[in-house]
Amino acid sequence: MVNLEIDRVSVRFALKGATVEAVNDVSLRIRPGECVALVGESGCGKTVLASALLGFLPGNAETSGSARLGDVELLEATDHELATTIRGRQIGLVPQSPASHLTPVRTARSQLAEAARVLGGDAAKAAERAGLEPEHLDRYPHELSGGMAQRVANALALVGDPWLLIADEPTTGLDRDLVDGLLDEFRRLVDDGHAVLLITHDLAAAHRIADRIAVMYAGRIVEVGPAHEVLDSARHPYSRGLANALPEREFLPIPGQPPLLTDLPDGCAFAPRCSRATAICEDRPVLTDDPHAVACHRPC
Amino acid sequence: MLTGTDITAGYRSAVISGVSLTVRPGRTVGLAGPSGSGKSTLARVLALLHKPFSGTVEIDGETVTGFRFKAAQRTRIGVLFQQPRLSVDPRFTLRQAIAEPLGHQEVGELADLVMLTGDLLDRRPHEVSDGQLQRACLARALALNPRYLICDEMTTMLDASTTAALVGVIRAYQARTNAGVLAISHDATLLDRWADETVRLSAPPPR
Repeated sequence: MVNLEIDRVSVRFALKGATVEAVNDVSLRIRPGECVALVGESGCGKTVLASALLGFLPGNAETSGSARLGDVELLEATDHELATTIRGRQIGLVPQSPASHLTPVRTARSQLAEAARVLGGDAAKAAERAGLEPEHLDRYPHELSGGMAQRVANALALVGDPWLLIADEPTTGLDRDLVDGLLDEFRRLVDDGHAVLLITHDLAAAHRIADRIAVMYAGRIVEVGPAHEVLDSARHPYSRGLANALPEREFLPIPGQPPLLTDLPDGCAFAPRCSRATAICEDRPVLTDDPHAVACHRPC
Repeated sequence: MLTGTDITAGYRSAVISGVSLTVRPGRTVGLAGPSGSGKSTLARVLALLHKPFSGTVEIDGETVTGFRFKAAQRTRIGVLFQQPRLSVDPRFTLRQAIAEPLGHQEVGELADLVMLTGDLLDRRPHEVSDGQLQRACLARALALNPRYLICDEMTTMLDASTTAALVGVIRAYQARTNAGVLAISHDATLLDRWADETVRLSAPPPR
């Protein structure tokens, strides 16, 4: 078991006449036996970061910084190296919308058996661990409910026994009961010594299982710390606004809209929406270096 | 009043049977229930997008007779879906998407309502976030001033702040026009906060 050390990773996409700064200077460490939730609204760069770790970025992407998994530098590894040693073996991916990720013309069993053969895992064990009954496995993807498709995706991600699981919005579209069941499954994996990076916009889900929450805004981590502290005593005005927007709290939106990733301000990207902003916010704040870190000149 | 009476509907077999539901002007009715309980099927029937096997739908006292594509009564009901990406033509800019029901390109007021700014309006769906696209879908749904708005898991893809913002836009529209809203969600906490009352569909019998 090793750590994943993400160190100042940036990802840019070159478009005609514009550069999309999707991920900016992100540093994050994930240890075995730990669940870290990466929280932020859609379009803030969460999925791009996950894709960068697995070598799934499109051709027009430029990366900088370093993401080390033990001795392997993920950002510089060749596709062959990633395919034969990393994907499925050390890092498992639970993709967004599993139903559309499964091959529609093959049964769950046949897809799982293939993954088990290639990765050298045990299909039956993975299915059982993901909570699938044998009869579910003989179904085609269109015959699976959202919750079942999710479990098949989990089994596929787990069959190679990776130590790190990256789950990209795994709870979207599931009922609360299914969400809770799924999160409990992730938590069991973490308690068994695995690591989970949960990418989500669902603060309640993050709060339920994460040890630490990292809040991302406009491609940057603006706050990271113990889950309950980030949610209950947020220091960054954006995190505070997000927590206050929950229906069980104030249910009030943060005014304004996130900046375009092609046209980020030089200073704090949140300043235009922030009631606490002053002239000092025209300088970009740096993420502090403590257990509950924040990138803000005027934290709450 | 938007009323469904004794609705039995489904695809080959019935998903809901004998369900009745009323949405009064100015009110917000929540619709909850587990996966597969028929929430979306009921929404599609009330939105005149799906013909029930039996039962009647009435809009402000008029019985609905046609569930075909051009049902004249259709425009009195706006619909918002769970996945904005599947509900906007990928070739359209957001401006064109909002303008489609209007028949002209002056979308300024609608765009202001959902807080979409100029530059975003000229982007296509793949160039904006789910939250921004759902804002455009809400503007499109409100374009013809519907008497009723049906929101089928509208907030599933959205973060807490965007959810609160869109619910705020819908409440403001209701305050102005006295429209009725049917809000479907699996998030009980959200419905507690959003809806005046919540109807719960029970789990489907095992098949």
